[in-house]
Amino acid sequence: MRLLALALHRLAWFVPTLLGLLLVTFVISRVIPADPVALVAGETATPAQVEALRRQLGFDRPLPVQFADYVARLARGDMGTSIFTRRPIAEDLAHRLPATIELTLAAMVVSVLVGIPLGVLSALWRNSLLDHALRVATVSGLAIASFWLGIMLQLLFAMRLGWTPLNGRLQGFPPRSITGFYLLDAVLTGDWPTFGGALLHLALPAATLAFPALATLVRFTRAGVLDVMQSNFVLYERAMGLPRFVIVWKYILRSALTSTVTQVGLLFGILLAGAVVTEAVFDWPGIGTYAVNSILRSDYNAVMGFTVWAGAIFIVVNLLVDVTHTLVDPRERVS
Amino acid sequence: MSEPLLSVRGLHVDFVTDRGVALVLDGVNLDIGPGEVVGLVGESGCGKTTLARAILGILPPGAARIRGGEVRYRGQDLLRADPIAVNDRVRGRGITFIPQDPFTSFSPVFPVQTQIMDLMKWKSPRAGNGDGAPSPFRRYPRERYRADREAVLDTLRAVQIPEPARALRRLPHEFSGGQRQRLMIAMALLPRPDLIIADEPTTALDVTIQAQILRLLRTLVKERGVSVLFTTHDLGTAHEICDRIVVMYAGQEVEAAPTAAFFSHPAHPYTRRLLASVPTPDGEIRDIPGEVPSLVEPPAGCRFHPRCDYASAECRSARPAPRMRAAAHAVSCYHPVDAPPGSDA
Amino acid sequence: MSSSKGASTAVWFVLRRLTRDRSALLGFALIVALLLAALLAPVLSTHPDDVFELHPSERLRAPSRAHWLGTDRMGADVYSRLLFGARITILIGVIAVGASLIVGVPVGLVAGYYHGWVSDLLMRVSDVFLAVPQVVLAIAIAQTLGPSLPNVILALSATYWPWFARVAYAETRSIQKEVFVESTAALGASPWRLTALHVLPNIASPIIVRASIGMGFTILTAAALGFLGLGPPPPTPEWGRTIAESREFLPDAWWYATAPGLAIFLTVMGFNLLGDGLRDVLDPRLRRTHTARDE
Repeated sequence: MRLLALALHRLAWFVPTLLGLLLVTFVISRVIPADPVALVAGETATPAQVEALRRQLGFDRPLPVQFADYVARLARGDMGTSIFTRRPIAEDLAHRLPATIELTLAAMVVSVLVGIPLGVLSALWRNSLLDHALRVATVSGLAIASFWLGIMLQLLFAMRLGWTPLNGRLQGFPPRSITGFYLLDAVLTGDWPTFGGALLHLALPAATLAFPALATLVRFTRAGVLDVMQSNFVLYERAMGLPRFVIVWKYILRSALTSTVTQVGLLFGILLAGAVVTEAVFDWPGIGTYAVNSILRSDYNAVMGFTVWAGAIFIVVNLLVDVTHTLVDPRERVS
Repeated sequence: MSEPLLSVRGLHVDFVTDRGVALVLDGVNLDIGPGEVVGLVGESGCGKTTLARAILGILPPGAARIRGGEVRYRGQDLLRADPIAVNDRVRGRGITFIPQDPFTSFSPVFPVQTQIMDLMKWKSPRAGNGDGAPSPFRRYPRERYRADREAVLDTLRAVQIPEPARALRRLPHEFSGGQRQRLMIAMALLPRPDLIIADEPTTALDVTIQAQILRLLRTLVKERGVSVLFTTHDLGTAHEICDRIVVMYAGQEVEAAPTAAFFSHPAHPYTRRLLASVPTPDGEIRDIPGEVPSLVEPPAGCRFHPRCDYASAECRSARPAPRMRAAAHAVSCYHPVDAPPGSDA
Repeated sequence: MSSSKGASTAVWFVLRRLTRDRSALLGFALIVALLLAALLAPVLSTHPDDVFELHPSERLRAPSRAHWLGTDRMGADVYSRLLFGARITILIGVIAVGASLIVGVPVGLVAGYYHGWVSDLLMRVSDVFLAVPQVVLAIAIAQTLGPSLPNVILALSATYWPWFARVAYAETRSIQKEVFVESTAALGASPWRLTALHVLPNIASPIIVRASIGMGFTILTAAALGFLGLGPPPPTPEWGRTIAESREFLPDAWWYATAPGLAIFLTVMGFNLLGDGLRDVLDPRLRRTHTARDE
């Protein structure tokens, strides 16, 4: 089937791109710094200790051999060990993954449910008060540093008003772990107080993360709808007197949506990137804070592991976006 | 003629452009009788598409302004009637549309069936008049759906679409240009309209298919007694299927005559030039000297006077009113020509 | 279309159109304000020495007539440090975007002009860089190299150049398909001549738009790096780092966190508004003049 051929074609690029990413991170971790082993060993190590460590880590072997070994280990899921936690990095990341995903999904749900309808209305009521207000808001939304937004929200809602907690994912004990997502687990176990607590903790970080995504989504949906409104088929439907709500909510939205779907997919990647900084602000126990703490502790392997992981996710998301776009736009299926 | 089905009187339409306000339609008059095919002929920019869209009510809301005049359909002025009622009961019912570009007039993401049946849901002759504005909650009764679908299949057969039931399930891009235009003809006929506005329906098609489509259209409308307002820049096309031809120049209608009389006794200097400029077997090309005027600052009076051999002072001061020369043959000119065509240089 | 006279009238036309766009003008004004703040920092600031000097006795004072935006944890005047911070911001933005452009555009041109494995390889390489969110890769690079101003600029350039490459590639490819390029090539014009006379003027507009928007992105990312401690070290008054420093003194010393954030906001807004305005003017206009393309 042609869809399969298309998917396979896109998939074929996945491996080389991933390898390219690995090469870049390898180069960054081995070639660029003056002496990576010395950095790992720390400042107090003697030259003899550094040499011993070099041999132990295998850094005395030729570079291509090191790279092949690096790739082989990654294929087995071994990202090395964190210098700080002394645990396998892959394990550390997996442990913290649900928190990041919960935050990212919450932000995405908010941006989609609020952003797309606002974008449509903004286009329909072009140059109205709502449209102008939204345009100002979306331009501003993309100009605000998200870590600063997070801090300002904390200042207002947590410190001054006391409506939400300051940071963290939850106070007290988490619900019984089924999915790893606190909200979902709390609902599944009927633990309503915890659900409320988790929701309050999620509020500010999700809002911070969602803000730029929301702004982008409103802009793109607006542009998409305005673009489709110029189409000849819309003109035809108007000429034939089809009721306006049918034209807008069935035909225009559906056409504008094919481009919005692609945006939503890309948004996921952007949100994941934004999660790093947002988690740092709110002490959210996810992958982002792990990366930031690793940076501050010069935990090399951990930072590299995180980079590889984030990059791979991004590539996968792009692939899914491509495939979804193919599915959603029927013209692509037959071409 | 008997009470015209559609009557346009003194229609003025302006367009706001970068360079100023363009006076696109200058008090245009037009009549269409029941069951007649009227061709609206003119060069690009003469305002024929604007006139067609003004009748349909789909001028671009920001850029276009209707400054005055009336468009009477069955005696009711569409420009001053309740817009919701007009949208519900006239558009897609009494007056339907065949667009110029069949390639982009379908939504590309829905199968043809969805779009045709949506049309039938709201515009089928079997639908009642509804009470007031259309509502999102209106349902589509099963019985009527089936009857409508039968009518759709019949009409698709009439426009010679092979295997109509299978065709309905296809996406628009799976059809050729000619087939898509046949679909448009079918959709224009299904609501059993009084008048079809066809805006250059064959311009975007291959020359070889144009004649087919035209003849099909003419056969079907004559069978059903439907009027057609057919805009085109091609005199040959007009000759093919029109009962009557109206010529427009720079936003003014200049001559209107039954087809035979139009070709045998053209009276307006512009019409004569137009007919003379059609390439002939002897290979000579006769242009009309001069250029189409800018509509932002159009010539006063008769807008053709700068290029006209017979222009005089009156032509420059006031626009000539239409005068009857023979039965149903009207000319807006102070110096209509009596000689047979081709006799002036 | 590609004569120098054509180019200068096009520029004039663009400028005239741009002045009619109010939000683009606002953006331009904001950028000018930023430039003035940076250039005239020693003159405009009330306590120019506070970039280096410490006044621990005056720490964390609220905004007053002496200190318009209050003082920070070292007793330094927030307003003055903000002005000097503008210098850092502009430096980072201009050099990082400039370097990305200088690297990215030729890569894109070459990839677009040729059609073989060279082209594929170049675009795949840029895809790799685009595969990772800019922040992440910049963090990795900056952390490896150590926190300093040149390293931040390097990290940002290394992660932004693919955007310019992509734009240059797409434009070159689409122009290649234009008939006038084919015919000129058929007449024997050399590739360099073709590029210089035909391709470059036509890709200028999307590149300019991308550069303006890129400034906004880059400044935000630079601030994020500063916030995480990867930017130029103290006492450099970088805006992101200032915000990080301010956190432990909230909610009381609110001015300490609010002011640099607003500065970042206004700066990025300026570049975004100007970029949007440029896009509105450049994209439809210049495109329409060079082909009969369907709109």
